Amino acid sequence: MANAIEVRGLVKRYDALAAVDGIDFDVPEGSVFAFLGPNGAGKTTTTEMLEGLRRRTSGDIRVLGLDPWTDGRELHRQIGVIPQEFHFFAKVTPKEAIAYYGRLFDKQPDPDALLDQVQLTDKADSRFDTLSGGQKQKLGLALSLVDEPRVCFLDEPTTGLDPHARRAIWNVVRDLRRDGRTVFLTTHYLEEAELLADQVAIINHGRIVAHGTPQEIIETYGGPERLRVQGSSELAEYVRQRLGIPVRFESGRLEIALREKGDALRILSAIDASGFPWTGFATERDTLEEVFVHLVGQMDEGVLKSAAPTVEGTP
Amino acid sequence: MNPRRIGGDLSIVAHGYLRNPVALFFSLIFPVILILLFGLIFASTGATTVTLYAQDFDHSSTSVAFLRALNETHLVQVQVVGASVGNLSTYLGQNGDSAGLVIPQGFGQNFTAHRPVKVILYTNPQDAASAGAAAGALQGVISAFNLEAACGGNSSGNCTPIIGASSLNVGSPTYSYIDYLVPGLIGFSILTSPMFSMVDVTASYRQDGLFRQLSLTPLTRGEWLASRFIWYTMLTFASAALMLVIGSAIFGAHVTFGIWLVPFLIVGPLFFVSLGMLAGTVSRTPETAAVVGNVITFPMMFLAGTFFPVSSFSPGLQLVAKALPLYYVIDGMNQVLLFNNIPRAIGDLTVVLIGAVIVFGLAIYFFKWRDE
Ligand SMILES: Nc1ncnc2c1ncn2[C@@H]1O[C@H](COP(=O)(O)OP(=O)(O)OP(=O)(O)O)[C@@H](O)[C@H]1O
Ligand SMILES: [Mg+2]
Repeated sequence: MANAIEVRGLVKRYDALAAVDGIDFDVPEGSVFAFLGPNGAGKTTTTEMLEGLRRRTSGDIRVLGLDPWTDGRELHRQIGVIPQEFHFFAKVTPKEAIAYYGRLFDKQPDPDALLDQVQLTDKADSRFDTLSGGQKQKLGLALSLVDEPRVCFLDEPTTGLDPHARRAIWNVVRDLRRDGRTVFLTTHYLEEAELLADQVAIINHGRIVAHGTPQEIIETYGGPERLRVQGSSELAEYVRQRLGIPVRFESGRLEIALREKGDALRILSAIDASGFPWTGFATERDTLEEVFVHLVGQMDEGVLKSAAPTVEGTP
Repeated sequence: MNPRRIGGDLSIVAHGYLRNPVALFFSLIFPVILILLFGLIFASTGATTVTLYAQDFDHSSTSVAFLRALNETHLVQVQVVGASVGNLSTYLGQNGDSAGLVIPQGFGQNFTAHRPVKVILYTNPQDAASAGAAAGALQGVISAFNLEAACGGNSSGNCTPIIGASSLNVGSPTYSYIDYLVPGLIGFSILTSPMFSMVDVTASYRQDGLFRQLSLTPLTRGEWLASRFIWYTMLTFASAALMLVIGSAIFGAHVTFGIWLVPFLIVGPLFFVSLGMLAGTVSRTPETAAVVGNVITFPMMFLAGTFFPVSSFSPGLQLVAKALPLYYVIDGMNQVLLFNNIPRAIGDLTVVLIGAVIVFGLAIYFFKWRDE
């Protein structure tokens, strides 16, 4: 599969600050790529360089084979963009806005269908300055779809939306993917990335600290799978002594890391043999969110500052 | 330039404008209120002192004393104009003034030698009040001079009058305040509707990222500017039509539409749309832009001949007026609508056009849609 987006050694400096500090990644055509990172990580800066709105300091970008900065006009006919803060003409209604974009792009969009897709039908004839933040964002999304883009750039499309509206946006993203379009998405919501993205990159301080499918990232950076059992502190002490492994105990719950395949069975039979009362066991692993917090926290403590490992891999 | 895109953008501008009562008020309604207000105030106050434009080719102590005596009648106020203005009658006609006096060379010498000499009085029969005042004042002064020179102290001698006056008509109708107000207020709208909104629009669209938003569409900067320019030209035409109709229908203004008005209604908006955009582009925030816009707009709003004809200003203020671009727009429209002086109108138009090209070029140069 060809790559819709290719980024090599991308750097953006603002005086002393390297807002984007040498990043590389590819986004295969037809896939959903999620860019995760804390505030100020460099997500918007990267996104806008990909869209041709900001000039890069160095490195190379190809979007659909075009350089976004120099071939912007040609590229813009093939991409859809929703900026982090979407603004539009104050006195214009969503319906008129879609008609306007239709004329600019020489397309015949169906305003009703588009507004329905982003769940904005009830505000079709309200002026932009009377829309709520989330409704404005939805209009931004609808407008980005007018030119039937091959690649969509969505910078925090669901921030500030209610859960219902977020699901509507997720469905739009899924529709886009089903139609074979590429989606580049930034978000703070880890579950969103986990749910929608084929690939995720976590960026912090302008560097990619983890990259791969959500599964790969969890496996590489998450802690091991854990066994949880309800029991007493005596039981915890017993398991520690008996098996010589670390056991975390907190408010009536034991938590034991599983290192090997047979660990769970071994531990459970030891618990059962102990004679202490115990109930309900379960195994669980880190969510992407936990990995994210862990990775970003580590980096801010300086652990990962110098070397930023990445996992390369395609699903 | 793609007409479909320009049309699309134009409809957005129109929607925004028609739904913004403040913008509409300033562009169309406000000038109407002004013409009604000023028209009513100044139509009711009659003519004040008549200004008598005097061309003195003699420059002798006698001619100076003669003019001073005229001034002292308080019927007229003498305003000396140089020989450089050329034919006084034409000059009066072009400026819409109704009374003038020419003192020929040799006036003083002849007078001292008791040889008959004639001054020429220009008046406008349509402006009977001014003509009467000027003629009355002149007759009075001439009699006094003749009496003094020819019969001085010798009341029995034959007092042959030395100075005589021949009276000629100024070949143009007289102009009243309302006549100047029509082109003045057309100029007012040419200035204010683009300046007040373009400055703000340019600065706030940039701040809100709307230009970056537009840069992601096929619309070009040139097309965007073209649609604004077309819109403000349309507004200017509407406003000019309103002013002409109200001015002549309600106040009987002596304005005659001439085709040469049209280029002013196009080049004028071009100049101020570009200037507004330039002011909005070079200022960092919408707040500074508003200040910059006002600093540019307000002096022109009052000093370029909008509310009062520049010819009624003091000479110093006239110089200031002539440094303002709007002066040339309004003066040009005066030449077309009032004096039918097309060559001078073309001169004014050239000034505005050159200015517009420069400002337009600067605006396009500084106006960027995305961060470089
Ligand atoms: N025009 C600019 N001038 C100077 N610094 C900038 C500029 N734009 C961004 N930055 C800096 O670059 C860094 C990255 O900003 P960016 O907007 O890309 O973050 P982000 O990941 O999108 O954050 P958020 O989640 O808050 O949207 C920040 O430290 C920001 O202060
Ligand atoms: Mg951002």
